[in-house]
Amino acid sequence: MYQYTEFDRQFVHQRAAQFRDQLERNLAGTLGDDEFRPLRLQNGWYIQRYAPMLRISVPYGELASRQLRVLARIAREYDRPDAALLKTAQTTQDGLGNPRAPKLRCGYGHFSTRQNVQFNWIPLVKSADVMELLASVDMHGIQTSGNCVRNIASDALAGIAVDEIADPRPFCEIVRQWSTLHPEFAFLPRKFKISINGAREDRAAIAWYDVGLQLVRAADGALGFSVRVGGGMGRTPTISPVVREFLPWNQILNYLEAVIRVYNRYGRRDNAWKARIKILVKAEGQRYIDQVEQEYRQIIEHDGAAHTITQTEFDRVSACFAPPALSTPRKHPHDKVGDILRATAQSDVEFARWLQRNVHPHKNPDLRAVTLSFKRLGFAPGDASADQLDAAADLAERFSAGEARVTHEQNLLLPWVRCDQLPDLWRAARALGLAKPNIGLLTDMISCPGGDFCSLANARSIPIAHAIAERYQDLDELHDLGEIDLHISGCINSCGHHHSGHIGILGVDKDGREWYQVSLGGADGSSLSGPAQPGKIVGPSFSAAEIPDVVEALLDSYRELRQPGETFIATLRRLGAEPFKQAANGARHVADALAA
Amino acid sequence: MKAEHTMKLMTANHPASANADSQPDAGQVLALANDVDPCDLALDGVTRIELNFPKFTDGRAFSQAFLLRRRLGYAGELRATGDVLIDQLLQMKRSGFDSAVLRADQNPDFAQRQLQRYPAFYQGDAGSSAPRFTASPSSEVQA
Repeated sequence: MYQYTEFDRQFVHQRAAQFRDQLERNLAGTLGDDEFRPLRLQNGWYIQRYAPMLRISVPYGELASRQLRVLARIAREYDRPDAALLKTAQTTQDGLGNPRAPKLRCGYGHFSTRQNVQFNWIPLVKSADVMELLASVDMHGIQTSGNCVRNIASDALAGIAVDEIADPRPFCEIVRQWSTLHPEFAFLPRKFKISINGAREDRAAIAWYDVGLQLVRAADGALGFSVRVGGGMGRTPTISPVVREFLPWNQILNYLEAVIRVYNRYGRRDNAWKARIKILVKAEGQRYIDQVEQEYRQIIEHDGAAHTITQTEFDRVSACFAPPALSTPRKHPHDKVGDILRATAQSDVEFARWLQRNVHPHKNPDLRAVTLSFKRLGFAPGDASADQLDAAADLAERFSAGEARVTHEQNLLLPWVRCDQLPDLWRAARALGLAKPNIGLLTDMISCPGGDFCSLANARSIPIAHAIAERYQDLDELHDLGEIDLHISGCINSCGHHHSGHIGILGVDKDGREWYQVSLGGADGSSLSGPAQPGKIVGPSFSAAEIPDVVEALLDSYRELRQPGETFIATLRRLGAEPFKQAANGARHVADALAA
Repeated sequence: MKAEHTMKLMTANHPASANADSQPDAGQVLALANDVDPCDLALDGVTRIELNFPKFTDGRAFSQAFLLRRRLGYAGELRATGDVLIDQLLQMKRSGFDSAVLRADQNPDFAQRQLQRYPAFYQGDAGSSAPRFTASPSSEVQA
């Protein structure tokens, strides 16, 4: 993991102090709400449906045990609405209908699709205390919201993946530092998100980002980036074009400066829906690319290429990401470990499934990466209680060199698990309810917090996720259905990445009631999904009650139509969407449709 | 070390003080809208350029300021006008502004404090082009 220097540490403390001053001026009435809004947003503080939401930055998803414990403490001590607020909120939510919807919960952290952690109930008056607490463990909310460069996302298997070209994390960290409080780029036309992938497989959805960077090797072995600009979800789902096939690694900051400066000057500011860089890139096409190249040349030739990454800096940051030394020597030779695992798996189908779904190959053949599943019945996808956060910190300490990672799919990954400790980890995780062997399967769905918390949402996501999860609890059935990406967003802002789901569900608002559009065939860019693309809508929207039946109809069709070993998405690609559309539309509740 | 964190501040509701330092005959003043490309301008004889923030959340003038200072080598006064709030002064300073006319409701007593919050930053800026990572190891310790 990156190790904070004394400078880094002081910097986040100064940031916390600056935020306290801003908060106090706001509470005293000398800093107006409109003027305070972008300041608090750039520290991660939204004002949501019932309470503020805090988004804490977890750079490229990496968390240390001590940081998880502070997140646990925040959940326990600060994610607490007063009783009256919770009661009002619950009454309002009950008024939305759907009596089967789970009750609102507090005391939880939430893992987001961009590898951050969110809280939903912290009172704003306590926000400065929380920022100070975070700073005490090298954490902050800098630029997790607002129209600025956001937290950098990456592959949860960065640095350990067997298909890695180069470790993206040093670059993530160097870009993070460069973008932190960048004076020129704090008021861009709109938010700006960067994702960096270092492996052959794209596990960082780079084509969906404002900037997507893929580490590549040139023919002569030189390391660099293929640069994509102008992807994004929202109302205009867009796959970014590659604007540069090869950029030497040490030029990435200079090049980003050019990309963002051109955007800052020419991006649209008259309409928030058209303000993302994807709109500029679409409208200008090659002209945008030419402008960026020209600006880049000026930065290099005229301005002196000040942000060329030095070898010394690259080495300094890279050293932080050296693999940890194993805590104890290996007790068994490699083949013996394999025998033990096989025997355990043969005698216990649940362990076998866990090995298959939740345990991932590792660069170091003695190690594995293990996903703790935060997709289980009774909890919103990606929610972790205070006790679970503490327990995850303990597991990371016992089994993974004190490190865990938030994944794009809203789980936690333990990156440094010794093979011989897999059975012990499995038993410990199972006792905590975090060993559900569903990673990559239907119930490992992505979902935003939706209309239970978010003021932007048109409809609730959590009750939909809950209803689908409830229907698909049978592990035999889940494993038979195989790998499938189900993504749920409560509104077109697409925090639940519905555009990239094999099955995407989008909350829409019609006549004050909750409705849901279903789309098929979206792809994040992974090997399973194929090249990134948005899904296609199957037809008019469905009621909340219809959605589980629609999902079931889609999956039943898949089982009828699939060839042996074929995944849902492969069957859909082979046959086209038509038979699935028919199945989905056939699942409409006729009585509901007439009533509506 | 960095350029000192000070800026000449004026308040919009005290036009006298705002004008006190303005000697229109001493040189040419250019007031630019924020969609003007500064690279198109003739800057000979210009002693003050005013860049406008129509809304404080519209960040185009930050890029204009950077280009004027770093790309065009403009060394005269660079003044922020319009929706100028004390909480953006630090950014303005770092982007190359050296004076600002605060919005009428802003309290200048709180302003200088905002300029002194951080001893240093990660990235280079209009005043000091080098990023922190090229700084000498000795300054790392002091920070």
